[in-house]
Amino acid sequence: MASGKKPTGFRVVGKPHRKVDATAKVTGVTRFADDLFLPRMLFAKLLRSPHPHARIVSIDTSKAAALPGVKAVLVGKDLPIPFGILPVSQDEHTLALDKVRFVGDPVAAVAATTEEAATQALDLITVEYEVLRAFPDALDAVEHPEPAIHDYADAGNIHKLIDLEFGDVEAGLAQADVVREDLFFFEGSTHLPMEQHAAVADWSADGKLTLWSATQTPHYVHRALAKVLELPAARIRVIACPNGGGFGGKSDPFSHEIAVAKLAMVTGRPVKVTLTREEVFYCHRGRHPTLMWVKTGLKKDGAITGMHFKSLLDGGGYGSYGVASTYYTGALQTVTYHVPQYRFQGARAFTNKPPCGPKRGHGTPQPRFALEVHLDKIAEQLGMDPAELRLKHLVPPNSLTANWLRVGTMGLGPCIEKVVRGSGWTQRFKQLPYGKGIGLACSSYITGAGLAIYWNAMPHSGVQLKCDRGGGVTVFCGSTEIGQGSDSILAMIVAEVLGLQPLDVAVVTGDTDLTPVDLGSYSSRVTLMTGNAAIQAAERARDVIALHAGKKLETPIDRVTFAEGRVFDVQDPERGLTFAEAVQLAEAAEGTIGTVGSYTPAPSAGKYRGAGVGPSPAYSYSACVAEVDVDPATGIVRVPKIWIAHDVGRVINAATVMGQIEGSVYMGLGEALMEEMAYRGNRNVVHKIPSLLEYKSPTTLEMCDVVTYVVEDPDPNGPFGAKECGQGPLLPVPPAVANAVYDAVGVRIDEVPITPEKVFKALRRKEKGEAGRFGPTAFPDIAWPEPIRVPPPWEGGDGRAVPGGARPGLAPGVRRR
Amino acid sequence: MATPDAKAKIALELNGEAVEVAFAPHKTLLEVLREDLGLTGTKHGCELGECGTCTVLVDGIPVLSCLVLGLACAGHRVKTVEGMAERGTLHPLQEAFAELGAAQCGYCTPAFLLAAEALLASSARPTRDEIKQALSGNLCRCTGYIKIYEAVELAAARLRGEDAKPAPETLYGVR
Repeated sequence: MASGKKPTGFRVVGKPHRKVDATAKVTGVTRFADDLFLPRMLFAKLLRSPHPHARIVSIDTSKAAALPGVKAVLVGKDLPIPFGILPVSQDEHTLALDKVRFVGDPVAAVAATTEEAATQALDLITVEYEVLRAFPDALDAVEHPEPAIHDYADAGNIHKLIDLEFGDVEAGLAQADVVREDLFFFEGSTHLPMEQHAAVADWSADGKLTLWSATQTPHYVHRALAKVLELPAARIRVIACPNGGGFGGKSDPFSHEIAVAKLAMVTGRPVKVTLTREEVFYCHRGRHPTLMWVKTGLKKDGAITGMHFKSLLDGGGYGSYGVASTYYTGALQTVTYHVPQYRFQGARAFTNKPPCGPKRGHGTPQPRFALEVHLDKIAEQLGMDPAELRLKHLVPPNSLTANWLRVGTMGLGPCIEKVVRGSGWTQRFKQLPYGKGIGLACSSYITGAGLAIYWNAMPHSGVQLKCDRGGGVTVFCGSTEIGQGSDSILAMIVAEVLGLQPLDVAVVTGDTDLTPVDLGSYSSRVTLMTGNAAIQAAERARDVIALHAGKKLETPIDRVTFAEGRVFDVQDPERGLTFAEAVQLAEAAEGTIGTVGSYTPAPSAGKYRGAGVGPSPAYSYSACVAEVDVDPATGIVRVPKIWIAHDVGRVINAATVMGQIEGSVYMGLGEALMEEMAYRGNRNVVHKIPSLLEYKSPTTLEMCDVVTYVVEDPDPNGPFGAKECGQGPLLPVPPAVANAVYDAVGVRIDEVPITPEKVFKALRRKEKGEAGRFGPTAFPDIAWPEPIRVPPPWEGGDGRAVPGGARPGLAPGVRRR
Repeated sequence: MATPDAKAKIALELNGEAVEVAFAPHKTLLEVLREDLGLTGTKHGCELGECGTCTVLVDGIPVLSCLVLGLACAGHRVKTVEGMAERGTLHPLQEAFAELGAAQCGYCTPAFLLAAEALLASSARPTRDEIKQALSGNLCRCTGYIKIYEAVELAAARLRGEDAKPAPETLYGVR
């Protein structure tokens, strides 16, 4: 194709850039959802259930409605249409219709002229409940199918059952020199964004609704609003405000968003809701507490011959992303070290707690913790160095895994070498004094999910570009700025292609009226998908501008080059135009200069049921070494330093990459040492600690030093080769810390968080001559369905399940809606 | 709700200017700033004094504006993030935070900037540990604090008149 060019070598990409919104953020100018104040705005509050599991017998809102200042009260029957993020889990109501399923489940909503009046009105609502048996955890839910929390499930209170077998795992295990089984538990944790969720709705008398919200997924909120409110989507505008932290916690459509929309429609006035910190804990959608069992067979040299992995997820009261989360606990075990035969069995239970969903790493930090600690134990058993064991059996680049994931570039080897060298691993592992230790772990993460949340054949990301005759460029994209720097990525990529500076590019994002759809800020998809769409749009603009600039300059078009705000002949750089002049020529000839770009991931290689979770255009890789100090007298673990290497493919914004890696290490450290969603199972299943003080997260005093290595191995699927860096580097941190604790004091803490109490108990057990371990001791019997059998690529097949290998339909004991 | 409380009026010095403001007397400084003075740069994360997100300076000292009554600020000097840049020029702390990406989502940033400003007012060359201590009451979920420490150190050096630049490993990692 005839095209103008940018000169070789990057002018923008790879450099540390000030983010396009940095100045607004450091001056307090950025408008978060709760910073919006509209004239005549009302304030909404939600009444939430005090019971973990109950039937609603009656609700009387008459006194609340009569309170001065109260403009509207809503209950479940006002919004009877269910919603949910996944098409297979449309199990939520804006306000509970007939049942509540956790303490904090919304039951009624009030809009009033002041927050105080709305709060007071909640106290005047009388709800009569018939209390039902509550299920405090997944084991209880597995054991007791009745009373059912939902009227749909794969079996009793088991929401989802998965059984996938890739090859003959038993045969694989039979070939092993060593077979090892281990049990692990990963406690639930929450996102804890500093910004409490907030939303403002405005209803216009011409029948149009606008919702501003702290959401990571405006497109999915748009769909949910249209469905529940029975409005044409074309009459709804969702604007994603910059999120004050998301981490996955603002990725579902939420009751409060739909409630304020309906309240605005009912009252004809703008309505705002801002959740209290306690309510943010009830919204949750965080890390699933996950019990795991893993059995692996290996040759003496550490080569895996087969792996069998089981997970049991505690899902909380609703589906949320849970079906995907469950698949994710079994999907990525195969992309780091070669696994020739693999079986995954996963179950997600409904329980009477706030719903779990996607938190940074979505469903993969739990199995990664299990796998990396398991491998540490295996390395010891085989007498191998844990780094050497991993390095010897890396998945080769450009290969298919047993479960048909297509691995492209694979930079884990260099990552391991960096942290091993940097940490002085060889001189320190097993050689530090008692109480001090170092541990190693690795991981991988997707760069964008291969499939959208709902089935469709359209692009995952779209970009429109407008070139102004003044030389400015505006990029429009539905992506959502949650602090990760996605707005800046758009500006930088467009600037790179068109030879501009990022600040020459205006960015309009996250507005369903103004911007083409991008699916949202989740699954580490944004840089890769919006980046590729932006490159396409910018290259199309470059083509048009180059054509007319070339004519004017009497230069062959393949010599027309874009750099430093100019368009010029690469062989005679003096012969050129300003970018603005070039746009004017193109506009005079062609009319308004606007282009579009789109990105759709390639179809997945696997064609079996469940193959939709795990495929990604590219996998990032991380390796981590953690250093710990363990006080044997108290069990207190301190982490002074972490070395992390991350294969990012290609750096787009260097400063942002560093920040994402450090932030991931921080969040992983919190999960390793202290963060837990704890409930009083025996006391009404209430959340023990719904506050920022009691829910422990690392402060400056707990955060460790971080030595970061950025590994670049450009991936052909990434924009300029870029892969993700916002989630992957979290994953190896908890297992690296657990492995380091073992190196320090010789006890295995097979669950996170690694609290002083657990370390202390394990040390006491060891002193008494028992196994020096703290962790789960059994995995429950679950009536798994017949497995879906899919031959791995090296056994032929085409990625489909073997006919007759799986019984179609659902497991025994299933009720349908 | 019954009739709202009669408004109280106070005078204070806000971001270097004399200001009078009337508000319901039960309101916290946080609420007065955001709702009655339109200064939404001050954020909230819990409104219980747990997260530090609402930090502002009162007479140069960092306070949690969610725990201070507006009335208690009568006659005092209050500084918010809106008062840090002067005549369109960012404060060196703001400059360094922007340069290093110490503001990711930006929600806790105003509070960190003000807590850091108070630190630098009393200590021109704080050690890393002093910075950690001074900022230990402020939670950030995005950055892992590291870019924040580095930004405070960079700003401190510049405030001392040094021609300081970020270390390469701050921006690119260890090569």
